[in-house]
Amino acid sequence: MSYTPQLRELIKKVEATRADRVKKGNFRRMTMDERDEVLSKFHPDFIEASMRKLTFGVNRGDKIPHELADLIEARSLIEGLKFDLEKIAYDVDVLVVGGGGAGASAALLAQEQGADVLMVTKLRFGDANTVMAQGGIQAADKENDSPAIHYLDVMGGGRFENVPELARALTNDAPIALKWLEDLGVMFDKFPDGTMKSIHGGGTSRKRMHSARDYSGAEIMRTLRDEVRNRGIRVIEFCAVVELLLDSDGKAGGAVLYNMETGEYEVARAKTVILATGGSGRLHYQGFPTTNHYGATGDALVIGYRAGAKMAFMHTIQYHPTGAAYPPQILGLLITEKVRGLGAEPVNIDGEQFVYHLETRDVASAAIIREIKERGKGITTPTGMVGVWLDSPMIDIIHGPGTVEKELPAMVRQFARFNVDIVREPMLIYPCLHYQNGGLLIDENGMTAVENLYVAGEAAGGIHGGNRLMGNSLLDIVVFGRRAGRHAGARAKDIKVKKLSLNHVDAYHKEMEAAGVDTGGRVSPMLLPRYTHRVE
Amino acid sequence: MSVNMINIYIMGKKYVVPDSLTIMNAIEFAGYQLVRGCGCRAGFCGACSTVYRIAGDYELKVGLACQTKVEPEMYLTQIPFFPAQKKEYNIQELKANAEQIARFYPEIYRCIGCNACTKVCPQDLKVMQYIGYAQRGQIDKCADESFDCVMCGLCASRCPAQIVHYNVGILARRLYSRHIAKPAAHLQKRVEEILAGKYDAELEELMTASKEDLRKRYAERDIEE
Ligand SMILES: Cc1cc2nc3c(=O)[nH]c(=O)nc-3n(C[C@H](O)[C@H](O)[C@H](O)COP(=O)(O)OP(=O)(O)OC[C@H]3O[C@@H](n4cnc5c(N)ncnc54)[C@H](O)[C@@H]3O)c2cc1C
Ligand code: FES
Repeated sequence: MSYTPQLRELIKKVEATRADRVKKGNFRRMTMDERDEVLSKFHPDFIEASMRKLTFGVNRGDKIPHELADLIEARSLIEGLKFDLEKIAYDVDVLVVGGGGAGASAALLAQEQGADVLMVTKLRFGDANTVMAQGGIQAADKENDSPAIHYLDVMGGGRFENVPELARALTNDAPIALKWLEDLGVMFDKFPDGTMKSIHGGGTSRKRMHSARDYSGAEIMRTLRDEVRNRGIRVIEFCAVVELLLDSDGKAGGAVLYNMETGEYEVARAKTVILATGGSGRLHYQGFPTTNHYGATGDALVIGYRAGAKMAFMHTIQYHPTGAAYPPQILGLLITEKVRGLGAEPVNIDGEQFVYHLETRDVASAAIIREIKERGKGITTPTGMVGVWLDSPMIDIIHGPGTVEKELPAMVRQFARFNVDIVREPMLIYPCLHYQNGGLLIDENGMTAVENLYVAGEAAGGIHGGNRLMGNSLLDIVVFGRRAGRHAGARAKDIKVKKLSLNHVDAYHKEMEAAGVDTGGRVSPMLLPRYTHRVE
Repeated sequence: MSVNMINIYIMGKKYVVPDSLTIMNAIEFAGYQLVRGCGCRAGFCGACSTVYRIAGDYELKVGLACQTKVEPEMYLTQIPFFPAQKKEYNIQELKANAEQIARFYPEIYRCIGCNACTKVCPQDLKVMQYIGYAQRGQIDKCADESFDCVMCGLCASRCPAQIVHYNVGILARRLYSRHIAKPAAHLQKRVEEILAGKYDAELEELMTASKEDLRKRYAERDIEE
């Protein structure tokens, strides 16, 4: 669906101011006070009515979004099913749950420790948020940069609430993680002499965003997947973990597996378990469209919470400022931040700039919502969706003709499929649900409060505080996937798993009843969303 | 917007769906909950390969279900999996030359030049071209040309020479990146500095700084132009 004549008329206003905007240079960056103000007034996280307090479990008293609370305040999917926990289908050292970038990194490092590793994943290996990441991965590897400078950016982005030890691990390990990927044969964008190409991302003070065109996550994912296969690590696809198993000492000792196709349940016993199940965009917090893959339903939060792991920062969700608002077929499709990194600016209906194009995501999203809701300067699409322009044609003016096609092939292709030419026409955007800033709280080795239960990747919390910066998540999954894998693999040698049970799930149900929670017949984890595309 | 309904046929069975939907959304509109054939829902993972014909047209078409709009009288089925062979190797020990690829995937020399792979590619890659580069040992070019591959498997499903193109592509990209492209010297240097503990004290100091202090330093930090 190409732009309608009405929208084409409006595009003329964007074109009229373009040369001037390029010449004038960057819009003014907000002061700290201005940032606080726009966030508190317009960011979805600050809408009180969108959350409720948990009344039981380790996070009693904490507020989380209703959509997640609905799954926490629910009974186990496998309640009442009879199966024999003594009948062990898989007996391994390390069980890795989730076949994204964090799971793959963890599996590789665990195996390097000599551990027998089993990976199970809900969809195909690599059907994950990782494969969708376009923009890039941060690491302070240039002369004018350092892990300390990176650290300050991470803390500032995270509203200074990040767990310091985790932020240190992230930034100090970053170059090591990048080097590991380079050695595995990830095709990073480089100059002929081997120097990495790197640009800014939202909230960076140095140009430390590394990329593999705009298929950064795909390139990392397919390389790691290829390596996992080369090393003969066992992977079971279309196999979800639906509940953890704890042993008689309360330590993690395995999981209940569910065959997504046959409906069969099996028991896996493992000395250590690593949850790398990713985010929860498919819960569609506050009804937002999401950029996340089909399986991003927050399963680790649900089963981890039942086992006694603590959630952190689950009251903060990242809304990406640039989700597609048009054409309707790609509503919510992520427009990579690299578009802004290359200089494209958000512009209102009158063709005016209204926010510095590289503000952090939370601030940029809030500013876009303000421009539309308070100032009435949004553009209404034929479906009634309102957005603002993202002026992609600026990029070729700034960097020379051909830059958009060379640097953003995925974006060009995805819009061209629906007859929008982003080289010449601006895009229409609106913030979309993108990333779970929080997750299950871990320590520097990736372990939770439950012994032998590890979490890595988007499912983990604390690293990014209240807001993650672009490029720090691809980094996080590699850094903490590696850390968790190494630790869990080494530790497995000395562990003897005692008798396994699901007693913690029974206890959870009782606690929930005692707290007077009405589960309304809900069961969880969700595993997959259900869409009908019908207007009810 | 008024909704225009059309007939489509999912594995031969008729459903009436809005014409604005993608194939994926139309399958769900029809009442399916997908398990196979759906991954990223955004054109990146290659899980949703679909083949279709429009009634009355001889031509067999393909597309990613999440990226293709339904059309009236479309007969479709998904190909969520296609058997393919992949060689296991240790990338560190390989040589970046034509013999290496030929040893693993000798069938690339059976290419009959029909170009079916290129025609079928939903990413519009010049698939036959990159197989040609692989045959001639032009690994850099093969890596470059195959880069946007989502490994959906449609090329392999159509190849009369039974080549698994996408596995040749990833081998070429890993060979290129590991053995031909120059390693980043600045990265190597930084790793050595980190392992020698060069940033430990500075990080330690930042970790113990107060929130107010950090806020101030953050606001005042200089930003590379
Ligand atoms: C569109 C998009 C663009 C992005 N761009 C960037 C970027 O440019 N830079 C950046 O740093 N970050 C980016 N991110 C964020 C980043 O890609 C993700 O946060 C990160 O890749 C998550 O990796 P992961 O391994 O933790 O989870 P995933 O990659 O999501 O993997 C989780 C896996 O677990 C499986 N799973 C889920 N539940 C279960 C279960 N119960 N049992 C078994 N398996 C299960 C899933 O199917 C999936 O395979 C982007 C994210 C999206 C969605
Ligand atoms: S679902 Fe991933 S490409 Fe369509």
